[in-house]
Amino acid sequence: MSKKRIVVVGNGMVGHNFINTLVTSDHASEFEILTFSEEPRLAYDRVQLSKYFSGYSAADLALVTESEYQSQGIVYTLNDKVVAIDSHAKIITTASGRKEGYDKLVLATGSFPFVPPIPGKDQDHCLVYRTIDDLEAISASAEVSKTGVVVGGGLLGLEAANALKQAGLETHVVEFAPRLMAVQLDEGGGKLLRRKIEELGVQVHTEKNTKEIVAGEECRYRMNFADGSFLETDMILFSAGIRPQDELARQFGLDIGERGGIVVNDYCQTSNDDIYAIGECALWDNKIYGLVAPGYQMAKVAFNHIVSNLLTHEESAVSFQGADMSTKLKLLGVDVASIGDAHGLTAGAQSYVFNDDIAEVYKRLIVSADGKKLLGAVLVGDVEAYGTLLQLKLNDMDIPGNPAALILPATDGAEPVGLGVSALPETAQICSCFDVSKGDIQKAVQGGCCSMPDLKAATKASSGCGGCAALVKQVMDAEMASLGMEVNTDLCEHFAHTRRELADIIRVKGYTRFEQVLEGHGHGHGCEICKPTIGSILASFHNEYVLKDEHIGLQDTNDIFLGNMQKDGTYSIVPRIAGGEITPDKLIVLGEIARDYDLYTKITGGQRIDLFGAQLHQLPEIWQKLVAAGFETGHAYGKSVRTVKSCVGSTWCRYGVLDSVSMAIAIEDRYKGLRAPHKIKFAVSGCTRECAEAQSKDIGVIATETGWNLYVCGNGGMRPRHADLFATDLDDETLIKYIDRVLMFYVRTGDRLQRTSVWMENMEGGLDYLKQVVINDSLGICTELEDNMTRIVGSYQCEWKTTLENPDKLKRFQHFINADEADSNLYYVRERGQRRPATEAERIELVELPPADKQALAGK
Amino acid sequence: MMNAIEKQWTRVCAVDDIAPDTGVCALYHGEQVALFRLSGQNDVFAISNHDPFGNANVLSRGIVGSRGDRLFVASPLYKQHFDLLTGECFEDPLVRLKTWSVRVEEGQVLLA
Ligand code: SRM
Ligand SMILES: Cc1cc2nc3c(=O)[nH]c(=O)nc-3n(C[C@H](O)[C@H](O)[C@H](O)COP(=O)(O)OP(=O)(O)OC[C@H]3O[C@@H](n4cnc5c(N)ncnc54)[C@H](O)[C@@H]3O)c2cc1C
Ligand code: SF4
Ligand code: FES
Repeated sequence: MSKKRIVVVGNGMVGHNFINTLVTSDHASEFEILTFSEEPRLAYDRVQLSKYFSGYSAADLALVTESEYQSQGIVYTLNDKVVAIDSHAKIITTASGRKEGYDKLVLATGSFPFVPPIPGKDQDHCLVYRTIDDLEAISASAEVSKTGVVVGGGLLGLEAANALKQAGLETHVVEFAPRLMAVQLDEGGGKLLRRKIEELGVQVHTEKNTKEIVAGEECRYRMNFADGSFLETDMILFSAGIRPQDELARQFGLDIGERGGIVVNDYCQTSNDDIYAIGECALWDNKIYGLVAPGYQMAKVAFNHIVSNLLTHEESAVSFQGADMSTKLKLLGVDVASIGDAHGLTAGAQSYVFNDDIAEVYKRLIVSADGKKLLGAVLVGDVEAYGTLLQLKLNDMDIPGNPAALILPATDGAEPVGLGVSALPETAQICSCFDVSKGDIQKAVQGGCCSMPDLKAATKASSGCGGCAALVKQVMDAEMASLGMEVNTDLCEHFAHTRRELADIIRVKGYTRFEQVLEGHGHGHGCEICKPTIGSILASFHNEYVLKDEHIGLQDTNDIFLGNMQKDGTYSIVPRIAGGEITPDKLIVLGEIARDYDLYTKITGGQRIDLFGAQLHQLPEIWQKLVAAGFETGHAYGKSVRTVKSCVGSTWCRYGVLDSVSMAIAIEDRYKGLRAPHKIKFAVSGCTRECAEAQSKDIGVIATETGWNLYVCGNGGMRPRHADLFATDLDDETLIKYIDRVLMFYVRTGDRLQRTSVWMENMEGGLDYLKQVVINDSLGICTELEDNMTRIVGSYQCEWKTTLENPDKLKRFQHFINADEADSNLYYVRERGQRRPATEAERIELVELPPADKQALAGK
Repeated sequence: MMNAIEKQWTRVCAVDDIAPDTGVCALYHGEQVALFRLSGQNDVFAISNHDPFGNANVLSRGIVGSRGDRLFVASPLYKQHFDLLTGECFEDPLVRLKTWSVRVEEGQVLLA
């Protein structure tokens, strides 16, 4: 049997989802798939589009790569629009003139932004917000603009406003309706959202009808409103709603809804049986679904119908029955959620409202006439209850107890009212993006998935918008508990505690030595896991000299000898070069030492200089010289603060707005020597161009016109993570205060060898929780954290300086305890004018050389 | 077996040269010997200083500890564990390092 040919028009989120469903199904080999995209790239995550402005690249947003499609045998064409359908001959034609036949045609053409017919709307800096190309245009326009206006105060408009604000523009939102997000929010919710957004510096203008866009006086344009007022701006972003992209269907005779949209039945078939429409272009029951989850459902329905129609000839088991449009999202940092009938339009609907002007929280519940069922909800400022409320609504469950309890804040000590996940039926949909039910998750756990990453990989749950993550975890935990599984979180066989528990024990009991901890809470002799861990905790709290007799056995080899061991047992030397700033004199000293000891010399990725190949007995001599020249240890060996990268900043750079070098040096000097669960890296950039790459660091600081922006928990390395924006426009003092608190909280609660990025990802409540703890002092520990940090800062010592002053300690720095000789097992060759360890093969050759030649080769 | 011949004991260093729970390296008849001392114990252990996995003379600089009731040193390079008494590698029992007999007398470490 020859393969069936499917042509997918549009490779957006839904088109790709359809293709992916097909190629991962059992029927993959029976189909040949062709797809056409009008855009210059394959599908990407439109939902996360605004992340482009916080540093995501097109590659980060991509949902699939060309090589993946190639390896799956999918024929794709980019930059080529499908312009004609011949539904009799079953052939499509593209703009470039290509013709392809199909057995089934799937239209996934999405939608396009609606631009109101305002005179002057077609000028250069009047843009829309839908594709990556749009974003590139917005970025380019923002570069040459100071003020920006978003037309439209709906969900997308507010996201667009956030993007403009991040780009550093003075930002306005102009809305026709009397409130923001009129579709999803009621009056009270809209009012609070407006207040919060205005506090963030975005100006909101409601009930404004734009009449025309003309040349401005202060700015590029002036927008004249119907009420006679006006607003000047350099750029305008239209976000006044979307329209289904139904042009093809319209031209080639498929049924179209009154207000647009390709009419489909419950199987997503259009008025022609062999043509399907899915995603935002499809009109089902007179409704367009402007969210991705319903689109994915349609993709699944269409796929099943095609398989049953072409292959199995059984009746398709799934049909489209509408979708829930509830949403939870963060707009300009404000949590907003809307569920079901948010406006209380159902007959007899009643409502409960909770409004806290001080804490800026608004919640409204809409319940049925008898008060038993939840019909809808609006949440602004605190969306904790979203998961519970959504499940009540979706599963049509009876509200447990008094409905008011669902939105009232928990009084001190009381558990917040929630709905135990055990109350949910097995069919309850937990992840709507990928249609994963409670039962699916339970099955995956039974099959051995015991962590969120495993579960994500197995079920896809929470790998879309992420809104369901907390609930998914609850279901997973509950299932694990019910299976009697226990996750072993013991540090090692010697301690039945986590690092965090040990940190608490050590802090509360005031322990200062490993033996005390072992005697009180462990057994055996310890090992290479618990010893350095406890050594690090002790150092974080007491900051004693790491080579003190009682601590020396706890240190990893690098810490014992205050250098990084290389593959041949020699060491590297990395003096601290705070902020990457170094005087010519100091550079000369480094050069002289490197030359005299023939050390391989390299500029590191951390803006300092590494000298490699020093033998144990040479370390003290070399450090003597370095200390005399004013260098300190760089702690390149420790699980501790490493470097603070800086850019040149306002002192020299024509764009710099604050002195990033001075701040970097101040930060490095403050936290140098701090030991932590893992290494900590910082960077400070002098403006948003971000030359210091601060958003890839554990702590990133970026200067703005109005102060420092603080980013936390970024990571380069094996699994890169962009840092989260933690607080904005800080003065020097507040910046340091927040960093003190974040770092000390990490030191206390981080797991062994857990970078801040993973720490954040595992933190319940995530970024918001960390903000609560650090900014609002929700745990009441901030004073303690700061005191702790002050103590550490006050007790700093250069470990090399202390060691050099201790002849006793220096005894250890020789290869043999009973002889002055050096290790005989070192072999070098020269490359590009420097010495490097010989490879295994080179060693064999070298051994055969007479000793004199060998010495010459090694440069001795 | 030593049979009738008395072992030749040679002094290599003082016990106090080895900080508790750490190791040092001694040169003994041209061979590199890693010596370890555990805290609370007067015993000293002697195994080869050569890490066969990393091919470097570094074992004396590893961390010592216990697994069950076996005492070990973990290589500072790639963290394989070697039994302090037998020289056997936990990860690969076919690898067995040379060991020496040790005696501590009047604060001195003697090897044979
Ligand atoms: C020397 C240097 C490479 C270079 O030639 O440029 C380097 C060298 C080493 N890195 Fe690195 N890293 C160096 C910059 C980086 C950077 C770039 C940066 O800091 O901006 C990164 C990515 C950024 C980050 O950490 O988020 C980096 C990510 C790593 C990782 C992966 C960490 C992770 O979270 O995934 C490791 C492994 C680890 O720490 O577990 C590592 C470990 C190592 C070790 C310690 C491996 C080892 O145990 O032998 C290397 C030994 C250093 C030595 O012998 O002196 N190195 N390493 C850089 C020293 C910077 C400095 O001045 O201190
Ligand atoms: C900024 C932003 C934020 C959003 N946030 C969310 C959110 O938080 N949650 C949520 O659920 N949804 C969100 N959405 C909506 C979501 O992105 C859409 O629902 C989803 O992308 C729809 O997928 P689609 O495949 O139907 O359309 P699209 O993703 O638009 O894909 C259609 C593709 O078809 C191409 N095309 C059109 N006509 C042709 C033709 N004739 N020939 C070839 N190619 C053609 C288009 O160029 C496009 O690439 C957001 C959208 C935007 C813009
Ligand atoms: S980040 Fe800004 S100040 Fe720093 S070098 Fe780049 S452009 Fe200049
Ligand atoms: S609901 Fe979006 S990822 Fe689960």
